[in-house]
Amino acid sequence: MSEDLLVLDRLRLEVPAGRRQWRTLVDDVSLTVAPGEAVGLVGESGSGKSMTARSVLRLTPPGARLGGRISFDDTSVLELGTRELRALRARRIAMIFQEPRAHINPVRSIGDFLTEAQITNLSASPKQAHAKAVRLLADVGITDGERRMRQHPHELSGGLLQRVMIASVLAAEPDLVLADEPTTALDVTTQSEVMAVLDELRRDRGMAMLLITHDIGLAAATCDRIGVMYAGRIVEVQSAEALTESPRHPYSRGLLSSRPSLDRVVHPLPVVPGRAVAAFEAEEGCAFAPRCAVSTPECSAVRPPLRAVDGAHVACIRAEEP
Amino acid sequence: MRWPIFLARRLAALAAVLLVASFLVYGLLYTVPGGPMSFLLGNRSGTPEQIAAIRHQYHLDQPFLVRYFSWLGDALHGDFGQSLVYRQDVSDLMSTRLTTTGLLVLYATGIIVVAGVALGLLGALRRGPVDTVVSAVNSVFLATPPFVVGVVLVVVFALGLGWFPVFGPGTGFGDRLYHLTLPAIALSLGSVGFLARITRASVGEELGREHVETARSRGLPESHIVRRHVLRNASIPVVTVTGLTVAGLIAGSVVVENIFALDGLGSLLVRAILQRDFAVVQGVVLVLVTAFVIVNLVVDLCYSLIDPRLSPGEAA
Repeated sequence: MSEDLLVLDRLRLEVPAGRRQWRTLVDDVSLTVAPGEAVGLVGESGSGKSMTARSVLRLTPPGARLGGRISFDDTSVLELGTRELRALRARRIAMIFQEPRAHINPVRSIGDFLTEAQITNLSASPKQAHAKAVRLLADVGITDGERRMRQHPHELSGGLLQRVMIASVLAAEPDLVLADEPTTALDVTTQSEVMAVLDELRRDRGMAMLLITHDIGLAAATCDRIGVMYAGRIVEVQSAEALTESPRHPYSRGLLSSRPSLDRVVHPLPVVPGRAVAAFEAEEGCAFAPRCAVSTPECSAVRPPLRAVDGAHVACIRAEEP
Repeated sequence: MRWPIFLARRLAALAAVLLVASFLVYGLLYTVPGGPMSFLLGNRSGTPEQIAAIRHQYHLDQPFLVRYFSWLGDALHGDFGQSLVYRQDVSDLMSTRLTTTGLLVLYATGIIVVAGVALGLLGALRRGPVDTVVSAVNSVFLATPPFVVGVVLVVVFALGLGWFPVFGPGTGFGDRLYHLTLPAIALSLGSVGFLARITRASVGEELGREHVETARSRGLPESHIVRRHVLRNASIPVVTVTGLTVAGLIAGSVVVENIFALDGLGSLLVRAILQRDFAVVQGVVLVLVTAFVIVNLVVDLCYSLIDPRLSPGEAA
């Protein structure tokens, strides 16, 4: 028995690329989420963070190959049959997607979207489901729920739709919420509101959350722990405060310093030089070495493993250096 | 915009289209080489008095627009004039044939929708060998012209096995359907293959949509997802193609009518054109145009029912 709700152990995800060729998107990712804990997964596009979250629900691209171990509440997710997997998706783990407009069926009403899973999965009566949906809409800050229930997705703004998506996730009362860039497609002003709603309701209900985002500030503000991903691997895991205070990995440091700050104006804004690589493009040794300001010849020789350094886990041979 | 206004607008547009179409139908016949006079006279070269008498009898001495409007007025009352060949009312000539062709087209439409959608779904949902077989069958259907299908059906099921009559429209509703079975199959097979392809592509595309991924992430059973999230979303192209196909069937039924010796609208039209029977051509073409326009209206209404983004309901 472990105390963790979700355990990823050396997770590996490969997708087919032509004849008998495989592309690695996620490589050797180990991560845990405790009940009620919020863990952020941060990285650039193509770093494999989104695929890691999808792997938990086995929502991977067609033909993809998953390796390693995913254990949720001590059951191995990768060994579940179709029926158990459906039950897991229906009751235990729910996902919030990045683009609510694409991820909610445009030809069905909001009410349909909110009550469908309750009726089909939780055997609620249509009346109960409707009442609960209106209550949940109020919880996520939509007061005229009865009217909204009759409307269709094209009649709602992106911010409202994402609230609807959050309400639909809450309806299932899952133990873990996978939030895949839940605010990226929204206006900046709506972003913080939606994120606040999600975080507050999640805490009230004691749900754990795995937040996928490229915004390290957002992750730091909402999560207990943060994992930084680069080229399909985790390069650093620390508590949110410790990471923002003293990032160990040069890539984390780069991500933090390339955030624009409101307090002081810096010209030009520092950036991490070079282009992010995907796992299958990475060469031998540290995948970040070609972009790293402090890399040594040794960095390109052997891929550094994730190791404990002062309460943090870092995959860098120079992590002890200040 | 609410539904009543929407419907009123659509009906007004329909009337306008029909008016324009009727004008073209009526006018085009007077621009063909020869014109009605040469037909009425035949090979004789009548005296000027005879010509004048004929022109008067057929109102050809009146201005074009006057003739058009009097024809249109009569047509609205169901009177399309007299056939120049049969010396019978055009409406009488058309009415029985309209029933035969109408039944045939409806029957074929039923087959096309049921078989086409079923085959398309089968291909889209069961990838692999089933899909390959279905695609091959569709290709055969698409590539075989109706007259070949018709002849094969007659040889096998009517002459060989004796399950169905060889020709004739039958009497009474049940007997008519029985008689029309082979013709309807012959008429529909190509379109079945076509619609199956469209359905397969459309359903396949919809299965990969993000909102279907959401439904999967919520642990809904696959059959439920297909019923509630794939079929309706995928049906817009299916409805479009069905509409176009049905409209085409009305005119395309002539080949099948000939094989099965059914006296339908198609055969009447072809004969009338060959005999320069103007009144009949005008009447039949006007009926075909009307059917075409109505089918299109039905298709548009279906769009609005399927997709709320195209519906005239209240806006946010």
